[in-house]
Parts: sequence; structure tokens; C-alpha cells
Amino acid sequence: MIAARAAASLLRHRARTALAVLGVAVAAAMLLDMIMLADGMRASFRAMLDVRGFQLRLSPRGTLPFDTEATIGGAGEIARLLRANPDIETVAPVLGAALHVRVPGTADVSVVGLGVEPAVQGDYALVRGREAARPDELVANALLLRRTRARLGDTLTVAVGYDPQLRTARGTRRLVVVGEGRFFYLAADQPAAALPIATLQAMGGPERADRVSLFMVRARPGADVERVRAWIAERVPRVTVLSTATAMAAVDQRLSYFRQLAVILGAVSLVVGFLLVTTLVTVSVNERVGEIAVLRAIGVARSRVVRQIVLEGLVLSVAGAVVGLGLGLVTARYLNGILKAFPGLPASIDFFLFQPRDAAAALGLLVVTGLVAGAFPAWRAASLPIARTLRQEAVA
Amino acid sequence: MTVAARADRPPGTSRAPAVVLRDVHRDYPLAGEAVHAVRGVSLEVAEGDYVAVVGPSGCGKSTLLNLVGAIDRPTAGTVTIAGRDVSTLGDREATRFRLLTIGFVFQRFYLMPALSALENVELPMAEAGVGRDERRARARELLTYVGLQARERHRPAQLSGGEQQRVAIARALANRPRLLLADEPTGELDARTSAEVIALLRRVHEDGATVLVVTHDDELARAARRIVRMRDGRLEA
Repeated sequence: MIAARAAASLLRHRARTALAVLGVAVAAAMLLDMIMLADGMRASFRAMLDVRGFQLRLSPRGTLPFDTEATIGGAGEIARLLRANPDIETVAPVLGAALHVRVPGTADVSVVGLGVEPAVQGDYALVRGREAARPDELVANALLLRRTRARLGDTLTVAVGYDPQLRTARGTRRLVVVGEGRFFYLAADQPAAALPIATLQAMGGPERADRVSLFMVRARPGADVERVRAWIAERVPRVTVLSTATAMAAVDQRLSYFRQLAVILGAVSLVVGFLLVTTLVTVSVNERVGEIAVLRAIGVARSRVVRQIVLEGLVLSVAGAVVGLGLGLVTARYLNGILKAFPGLPASIDFFLFQPRDAAAALGLLVVTGLVAGAFPAWRAASLPIARTLRQEAVA
Repeated sequence: MTVAARADRPPGTSRAPAVVLRDVHRDYPLAGEAVHAVRGVSLEVAEGDYVAVVGPSGCGKSTLLNLVGAIDRPTAGTVTIAGRDVSTLGDREATRFRLLTIGFVFQRFYLMPALSALENVELPMAEAGVGRDERRARARELLTYVGLQARERHRPAQLSGGEQQRVAIARALANRPRLLLADEPTGELDARTSAEVIALLRRVHEDGATVLVVTHDDELARAARRIVRMRDGRLEA
């Protein structure tokens, strides 16, 4: 009966109720988006780092991976040392280089080149074709294939150290495209290719011989990653060893303003939702003081009056939240598309990342807000002095 | 059908009082001054009686009715309804007492606008914990009793004033109250519908209910078994 009375009360003014639900829905959408934003970049960055399970990254001392063009010398020796550690499962060396692909009859294409060991690489996932197992093969991303109009099996002329003024290059090879890959750490608008690291080192000449830009290291299951990190730092002082945990801490620091902004905007949307529900329920209660006094007079318990009015606020909040969650997902997707188009961002980074717990958090916060928002007008209604209210109603 | 509960009493004994007021006062502040709405009223209403309280506007009739109905408390004196002193009841007890012992009829009907006639009559029974089937059957009986069996699905806005007041009377009788209180029940009705409501209240009384009305309506007052006159917060001799 309480639920029926609450529903009937809300349905008395359908347009007003619908507008209130819509208002709460907008607040809920904003809240969900802010929760998704607060966690989204962090979670997607973490997912990007964890995509192949590498927990440690070794870059030239004092640098972050691919922050500079600096490389690590004596790569073979370091790789052997690392692989000899029983706590280390996989070592994946990576050499980065700017490549130049000549496309007859059209403009040449600048390409981010990654030299990798295809069997252990952690930089891309094959979309089709196969790994570049032989020295004269490469895996390209979709954009490179589009720009060069190449298909799997085609041969590309690839140069390293290209000088656009002299139109000369340090090393040039003809490489067969054997696969298409989706590169985890590169921007979507960046043509990219992966080729055997030995090939890239050879194309770079003596400057690149036995050098890598980065080692990615995967510890064995159960191994203490921090201990492995400390061991590498001690045994190879020429490198900076960055663990995923350290990288995440750095990301957290850089994203703190983002998160603060999201928290503030999320709080604002909660307050807006709270005020909307409180206002609507208060207006509704004020219109019904006579009815409420009569309910009390005929023996309806104070607690039932409170429950009915709180329920009205709750229904508004939950209905608004459900509509708002859908609205929030649509707007988050749209905004994510805009932000992801920012140049240079890795394609796998998302700003708004939907996680069920975000929806649960938004819904939970709105339910609590609805309960609190309904509580004040409910308390007022239940505290009405019956006789005086009836007298005032009679006079009115 | 049973419209109201009556106290058990041995055959041949005199009727026990349903309402006993002893030197009741009710003052309340208004614009910084004390208004003496009820001044030393003593009154007894016997079980099964039908009493009309009449008097000019502002004489304290409605305040008196509120005190008897346990929705207001006396400043001094005692109010005993069906053998229970209601002037000292806490909110929860008073609410339960009103629900099970008293039926209220108001001048402006005050039906719940979002509920149908049937649901309005069911409301006090639902509050009292009566099961759905039982209360629905009783609500239908009561609507038939007040002549509105064909209107059970209508909402208050779809009923005339007289029909709304008849639904309100049915609602007041839902929990078989010991006492039916009516505050100007014909105050918003025309002559024809007033006559219908007066006849219905008389019938309710004849079927065993103790009825106390406050009114300006001479016709309604004449229908009562006893008329009590009130002026300036006091009962006239």
C-alpha cells in the first residue's frame, strides 16, 4: 500500500515527475562520466602496461621508455644476464627507429619502426598474417598498409636514417609485409612497422649495433617483482628499471588534477541531483499537507508517512539513475572519441572506461542521495501538528 | 453488517460512556497571545448515543472534536474515550488508538486523490494490517452500505461532493470504530446531498455506532439524539 501510494502520488503530476527524472538522469549521467573519467585513464593505462604481462621496463639511465632517442649499449650481454636469472621468464628487447618507406608515385611515408624479437615481443598483437620470422620481413599496422596501399605479401623499400635534403639513407632494405598488427603503445594516427631487431640494428649501421631502446621483462609467476627490479638495478646500473607499480604511481601523480576535477564535477552533479529530488519532494509535500494530516488523523503511523515520502524520493532517484546510466554511457563514448583523437596518444588509451563497479558506484551514490533528499521533507511531513494543520487547511 | 464495535456490557445495565471529558481546557498561542479555545468543558457521551455540538464559528467546536479524536491534547483536564485516557498517550499509541477506535469524517472529505474509492476505504484497514482479500471485501461491503458500489473504481475527482463524503464515511467505518467523529460533514454540500449524508449518519447511528458531530447545520443537529450548545469555549447549560 505504501508503494502504491508513493507511485500514485508521483503519477499525479506526470510531467513534473518526468522532468525531475530527466533532471536526475542528467546529473546521474554526469556523475557516471566523472567516475569513469576519474578511473578510466588510469585503468586503461594499467591495462596497456599489463597487456602482455611484462612487469618491468629497462630504459637508458635517467630516461623513461622512448622518452628520448638514447639507447642501451651491450644489449646482448644484458639480455644474457637477465635470461640467466631464474626469476625472469621473458626478456623482450626493443629498438626504436624512425623509418622511411618509399612509395613509388606518391609521397613517402614516415614510420615508427620497432625492432623486436618476434617470438617474445610485447608491442603489438597480430590482427592477420604472421610474425616477421625472417630477416627480410615486417609486420605493419593498418595505417601503414593504407598509406602505402600495400597488402600482405607485398614488398616495401624501407630506409633508416633518411636525410630528406640529401635524399640519402643510412641503410635501406626491401622487406616483405607478412602481417598486420595492432600496436599497443603507438598513436592511432601513426604508421608503424615491426621488424626483426637484428635487421633494424643492421640497417642502423655501427651506431645501432648491439643497442636497444628498451628491454621489457616478465617475471616468472610467483616471483617477487620488486626483488627482481632491485636485482636488475644493482647488476645493470646503466639502466633505469621501471616497474608497472612505479609507472602507475607516476601516472597517478600526473593524473591527479584530472581526478580532482572529476571528483569535484561528480560531487557537483550529486548535489544537483540531491537538490532536484529535495525540491520536488518538498513541493509535493507542501501541496499535500492537508492530506498528510488527514492520513495521520485516521491512524496512519508517522513511520509510514516517512517511508512513503522517502520512497517517492528514492523512486525519482533510481528512475533518474537508470536513465542517466544509459545517457552517461552514450556521452562517455562520444567524449572518449573526441579525446582519443588528440595527436600522439597511444591508441589503447581510453579516457572514459566503463567498468561495472563505476555504474554500481554511481547508482549507489544516487540511491543514497535519493534517500537523504527525501528524508528532510519526509521528516517535515511526519512532524506536522495534525490539529493545527487541519485548522489551517480549513481556513485556507 | 457491523458498522461499529460496541463495548461488551451485561444485559440490562446502563450504557457505559464512550466519551468522558472532565474540565477540559485547550489554550494555544496566536500572534503572541493565548487563545482559550476550550474552557473547562465536561461532557459525557454514552455508548450508542448520537450527539451534535452546535455553536457559532470560533466557539471551540472543532478544537473539542480534535481533543476527543486524540489528534490534539488538552492543556488541562482529562479526555477518556472508550475507557482510556487519551490525553496522556504518546504519538504512536495515539495513532494506533485513532486507527482502531475512532472514525473521522471531515468537512472537506479529504479522500486521497490518487486512490480509487475502494482503495480509500481500504486504507485504514491496510494500516491496521487486515489482509488484502478481507479488506477488499469489507471495503466493497461498506461502499454498498453507503450506496456507492458502482463507483468503487472512481477517483475522488470523478465523484460529486456528496459521493465523496459518503466514501469518507465508509472509510471512517472501515475498522469498526467505537466512535464516529464528524466535523461539519455537510459544510461543503448542497441541501439535497446534505440530506443524503444526514440520513446516512442517522443510519450509521441506528446500526450501532456512537456518533459525535459538530455542525452549523440545523437539519444535521436535529437528526442527533442530543444537542449540546457551545459558546466561547464553554458548553451552555
